[in-house]
Amino acid sequence: MDFNFSPEEQAFREEIRGFLDANLPDPVPDEDPAFLQAWNRKLREKRWVGFSWPREWGGGGGDLIRQFILKEEMSARRAPALGLDFMGLTWVGPAVIKHGTKEQKAEHLEAILDGRSHWCTGYSEPDVGSDLASLQCRAVRDGDEYVIHGQKIWTTSAHFASHIFLLVRTDPTVSKYKGITCLLVPMSTPGITVTPIENLSGKASFNQVFFDGARTPVANRLGAEGEGWKVVMGALANERSGISESTEMQQHLDDIRALAKRAVRNGRPALQDDRVRRRLSEMEIRVEAMRLTGLRHLTDQINGKPSGSETAINKLQRGILEFEMSELSLELLGSEALHQGEIQHDALGWHGTVIGGGSPNIQRNIIAERILGLPKD
Amino acid sequence: MNFGFTEEQGFLREAVRKFVDERCPMAEVRRLMKTRDAHSPELWRALAEQGTLGLLIPDEYGGAGLSWVDFVVVLEETGRTLLPSPLVSTALATMALLEAGSPAQRSRWLPRFADGRAVGTLALLEASDRQGAAGIALAAVRDGEVDVLRGEKRFVADAGAADVFVVAYRVGTALRLALVPKEAPGLRVELVPTLDETRRSGTLVLDGVRVGPEDRLVAADPEATLELLLDCGCVAVTAEGLGAAEGALAVTVRYANDRVQFGSPIGRYQGVKHRLADAWVDTESIKSLLYYAAWTIDERRAELPRYASLAKAYLADAFTRIGVDCVQLHGAVGYTIEYDIQLYLKRSKWLRPMFGDGDYHRDRLAALTLG
Repeated sequence: MDFNFSPEEQAFREEIRGFLDANLPDPVPDEDPAFLQAWNRKLREKRWVGFSWPREWGGGGGDLIRQFILKEEMSARRAPALGLDFMGLTWVGPAVIKHGTKEQKAEHLEAILDGRSHWCTGYSEPDVGSDLASLQCRAVRDGDEYVIHGQKIWTTSAHFASHIFLLVRTDPTVSKYKGITCLLVPMSTPGITVTPIENLSGKASFNQVFFDGARTPVANRLGAEGEGWKVVMGALANERSGISESTEMQQHLDDIRALAKRAVRNGRPALQDDRVRRRLSEMEIRVEAMRLTGLRHLTDQINGKPSGSETAINKLQRGILEFEMSELSLELLGSEALHQGEIQHDALGWHGTVIGGGSPNIQRNIIAERILGLPKD
Repeated sequence: MNFGFTEEQGFLREAVRKFVDERCPMAEVRRLMKTRDAHSPELWRALAEQGTLGLLIPDEYGGAGLSWVDFVVVLEETGRTLLPSPLVSTALATMALLEAGSPAQRSRWLPRFADGRAVGTLALLEASDRQGAAGIALAAVRDGEVDVLRGEKRFVADAGAADVFVVAYRVGTALRLALVPKEAPGLRVELVPTLDETRRSGTLVLDGVRVGPEDRLVAADPEATLELLLDCGCVAVTAEGLGAAEGALAVTVRYANDRVQFGSPIGRYQGVKHRLADAWVDTESIKSLLYYAAWTIDERRAELPRYASLAKAYLADAFTRIGVDCVQLHGAVGYTIEYDIQLYLKRSKWLRPMFGDGDYHRDRLAALTLG
């Protein structure tokens, strides 16, 4: 056990800080598309987008510890996310690196890093949510093409995505896990229709996606036919491990502390209220536990232990934190919580990380069955 | 950066696990908890022969000079089976000597701690039950160079087994720490029955006990030494509690796999498996906080107070939940004296107030981060 970083790692940390000092405006115009594009170009020059991806495909070829340092420093300064295509960077790209052909790598990886693509993910269907392996969206081989019929739902970002990471059933005659295939499909393909779904905060973040005889070349298949479940298990692990990172929760904790500092409850500063103070401490405990659990898993990864169900720990912790922080922030607003506003809306915005990537109860099933060895449900 | 255990620490864990399984199975735990001090001198000597007792003690005093991370590995394993022993108490007395003992005091006590001839413990809390320096009100009367103590120290762990007590008191407003051997004239131990019978507590009655200069610890900053001892106490009981929580979880997972209702093991039902999964998430999260806290004791002490509180606060509440859940999941048999799970529940009640409960540490964290 040694939590000291090597002199080279420290120097890398200093390099990042120097870069941020020289380049990051204050305040960060993180809603300005032109700034975000320019920022991404600067990060690309440093090869910091796709930091651990192979250099031959435009990545940084960096190690996991430096990647951790990079994310930590960026987050501490509230720099925009590393890269513009979130799903592309977090799970589509890694899946293409692992399972893709040379042509697929050439087509997709640099585009993801440059932010020229924008991926969405086609998993859930109207009757298929937590029981993902029962999916019905059908793809039938016709010469060099697959013909796709069916429907996806809760497809985040589909209304502006360039590509969909799509799970389809190619063989309905074998067991449910074996008949699934993964396709990389441009959203511009004829026969794809997107209908946004208004979510409870009044915004369109997810969609229904209809496939009505959409045709895509067999060359767009990721991995072998019938191997889609293996591909998606890796992709889901990457999605959960992204959700499991503590950096965003540290930012939320800083925000809610700042809110508590200016809030007044019953005529007294909220920070004089023992219950508020203890709840903030409870959040600090869980955020720090998440950070250190992340470091334990990082060590496992470096030592070649495959990351498995452990990401469920931080995903569940994050769920608890998201709820607690949402409720405390509304309570700190007092009667202002009756009105619309940014904090009020954010307090309803936890679905992406709490339900996305598998709901809390699914995480508990995974832990109980795969780790504790209890009988399958 | 490496957040893993060494191969040697893996061997240490295996050796301690094998030792407690062989030498102190639950039948032996149950026998010891009915003895006066819940302490077996034979078991203690066997632990000494294993090198466990001298783990934190430097070579020159007959120990192994290992780290708190190593000690946490040991405590997790002794906690797993609720081993009754004054291991934590003696380690904290060891820390007092290492931090503030004179060469003569160290030479007198450390070799005897290492080979199992002596047991030490802290005697800090008073009737106010306040943690830390704020709770030390016992006022010495000066008689030349001698401090004369009249009063009580309460909730003294392993009071009956201890050969020497680390006592905190005041001379005027100044805090002092001293070593008081059990045979000191005027010292009396009153044992108090404990809820967790695998543990012992007592009141130390000081009736004119004379503390000479040779008995006083030589701390440059007694408040800081006291705080260090309490933070080490947090780490130690969190390690024991983590082991015990994992023990309770293992016992209950076994039960959930064996017990059949409605034609199926109850562990198949989500109402059961989700509680056990939550318990596992808690124990894994506590590990992360605890191991880091233990590492700071030897390597980055400025961070110790915060991490001691983070770890102890999490443990205190989580083990309370786990203890209750595990008894409940056993149904009625969980409530019998025959089943072991109730012993884990009682251990959770012992560990919660030790060195401060969840709210105490949340308040301490809030003071550190919010002012």
